[in-house]
Amino acid sequence: MSSENMNDKQDEKIYFFDKPENVNRVLYVFYALCVILVLADFVIHRHIGLVWENIPAFYAIYGFVACVALVVVAKLIRKVVMRKEDYYND
Amino acid sequence: MIELSPFIIFYLGALLVLATQGNVRKVVLLATPLITGLHLWFNLDAGILTTYSIMDYELTAMRTDKLSLLFAYLFCLASFIAGIYSLHVTDTKQHVAGLVYAGSALGAVFAGDLITLFIFWELLAISSVFLIWARGTERAFKAGVRYLLFQVMSGVFLLAGALVYYHNTGSLAFNHIGLNSTAGWLIFIAFGIKAAFPFLHSWLTDGYPEATVTGTVFLSAFTTKVAVYSLARGFAGEEILIYIGVTMACFPIFYAVIENDLRKVLAYSLINQIGFMVTGIGIGTALALNGAVAHAFSDVIFKGLLFMSMGAVLYRAGTINGSDLGGLYKSMPKTTVLCIVGALSISAFPLFSGFVSKSMIMVALMSENYGYLWLLMLFASAGVFHHAGIKIPYFAFFAHDSGIRTKEAPTNMLVAMTIAAVLCIFVGTQPQYLYALLPWEVEYWPYDMTHVLVQLQLLFFSALAFVWLNKQGLYPPELHSVNLDVEWLYRKLLPASAQRGKTVLQRAKESMMTTAITSVQGVRKTFSRSSMAKYHLSESWPTGSMVFWISIVLVAYLLLDILGTTL
Repeated sequence: MSSENMNDKQDEKIYFFDKPENVNRVLYVFYALCVILVLADFVIHRHIGLVWENIPAFYAIYGFVACVALVVVAKLIRKVVMRKEDYYND
Repeated sequence: MIELSPFIIFYLGALLVLATQGNVRKVVLLATPLITGLHLWFNLDAGILTTYSIMDYELTAMRTDKLSLLFAYLFCLASFIAGIYSLHVTDTKQHVAGLVYAGSALGAVFAGDLITLFIFWELLAISSVFLIWARGTERAFKAGVRYLLFQVMSGVFLLAGALVYYHNTGSLAFNHIGLNSTAGWLIFIAFGIKAAFPFLHSWLTDGYPEATVTGTVFLSAFTTKVAVYSLARGFAGEEILIYIGVTMACFPIFYAVIENDLRKVLAYSLINQIGFMVTGIGIGTALALNGAVAHAFSDVIFKGLLFMSMGAVLYRAGTINGSDLGGLYKSMPKTTVLCIVGALSISAFPLFSGFVSKSMIMVALMSENYGYLWLLMLFASAGVFHHAGIKIPYFAFFAHDSGIRTKEAPTNMLVAMTIAAVLCIFVGTQPQYLYALLPWEVEYWPYDMTHVLVQLQLLFFSALAFVWLNKQGLYPPELHSVNLDVEWLYRKLLPASAQRGKTVLQRAKESMMTTAITSVQGVRKTFSRSSMAKYHLSESWPTGSMVFWISIVLVAYLLLDILGTTL
């Protein structure tokens, strides 16, 4: 009974990410930083070690594409390898 | 006395733990790594050789150089942090196993010959399995047995390799071995099993998530790092290691994305990080080798921190499945922050430890003109952030609120995690102290404008991909499931084919028996019809009466013999 009361009391409290506007605020800051990082690519002179690095914002593009590819392929792999939790019977 | 081999202090500590309890035991648990660490730092310098002999073999119990010393410092540090983390545990065997395990790791890195290495190799295996078995479930017991099988198999390869090596070269010294002999390959496979090479890795992803909350923290620090050390000493510059390492860095991240058990995600991510180290060893230049060793150092601390934070979640919430967690930042805010420090470190954010060590390997790949492999490693770097850096904290502490309300992690766990987190930031911001300990002489400094900028671009846009995929509903949800990996071969295919084989053999046996019995009966029938069958001796006699008559004959012989000598 006392634990129920405690739950009720805790649930009353609104935490930072319970408010969607807070989530959005964090995301806007994050988007702004992404934009700044790409713009910086045109201002700051990078050393070039490999030919690919000549592409403007190469690392940003590569990071984004790599992660999307990772997730898409992982989802495909799931179709092949995923089994029920008790598959090995233990 | 002053050149006391450090593993002895740990073994004595383990004995003391057996004899003590309560606060005295806690003191022993923390004093052991502390005293050993101070002993290492003040008493042991590079260049010590302590030999002993067994059966005409001259063996080297302790050989110190910068490489072995660096790993020894690291192991003391890891054991100290894991010791604090497990202070609340009352289970004696876990404490004993932890100290013997850490001590064996120290013994292994100081071993100057292959036989001494083998002894500690096996002690590592035997002591560590108790950290899995201590979980007390049947599932953990079975996983432990499978884990032990792999570890012992690695030991068998090492011993076989050592003996062939001795036969060929007349020496057992553990220095550069190379891959131009059978012995070299045998030892390479032994190291490869412990380093979790692809297809030999399943003991790690199968065993580590089954260990106790504190056991996994110990496990993540020692076994694979001893293997990395051994590879660096025995096989530096073997090109095949580059390809193995790149494979190790790339394939586990796919599994990590779809895995539900967050400690298993970290186990896959451990293989991914070892992949970076193995690649560095394969490149074999001073910069790359330093990078591999430095990354082993960083990894033990940040991976330990991540395993500790997930352990704290398991300890408090009772589950570690991403599908059942979420919103824990509300009840475990300190653990959340500490976990994020670990996540930033493993992702190699500037100012955190992963950045200053991993970058050496990436720069070495680039300067040795492995352009395409460098691209793959860049993919793996982005992937690390995706699955370990974001997924781990996001699904445990944020995501949708699971409704779980629990308490903050116990104080001892928070202290251990804080020490690890401070170290991550210290190494990341003051890398010169770590660099000074590195074995090879080379000038390197990670912080320049280009490097910081490109790393931030890579990581921020990896994060952007995560945000976008989530918003689009494309991110694979956490599901109650298991994913088939190499262990399927011996957990499903092998038992199934063994079962089938048994059935086939059973049938073969039955039909052979029938054939044999029929033919014996046929022979009997023919014989009984023949003229010889009428003699008494040709009947089949019961064995009992045979034994009786033989004993009569023997007794008669005995009597005759006694009578013969006395008369």
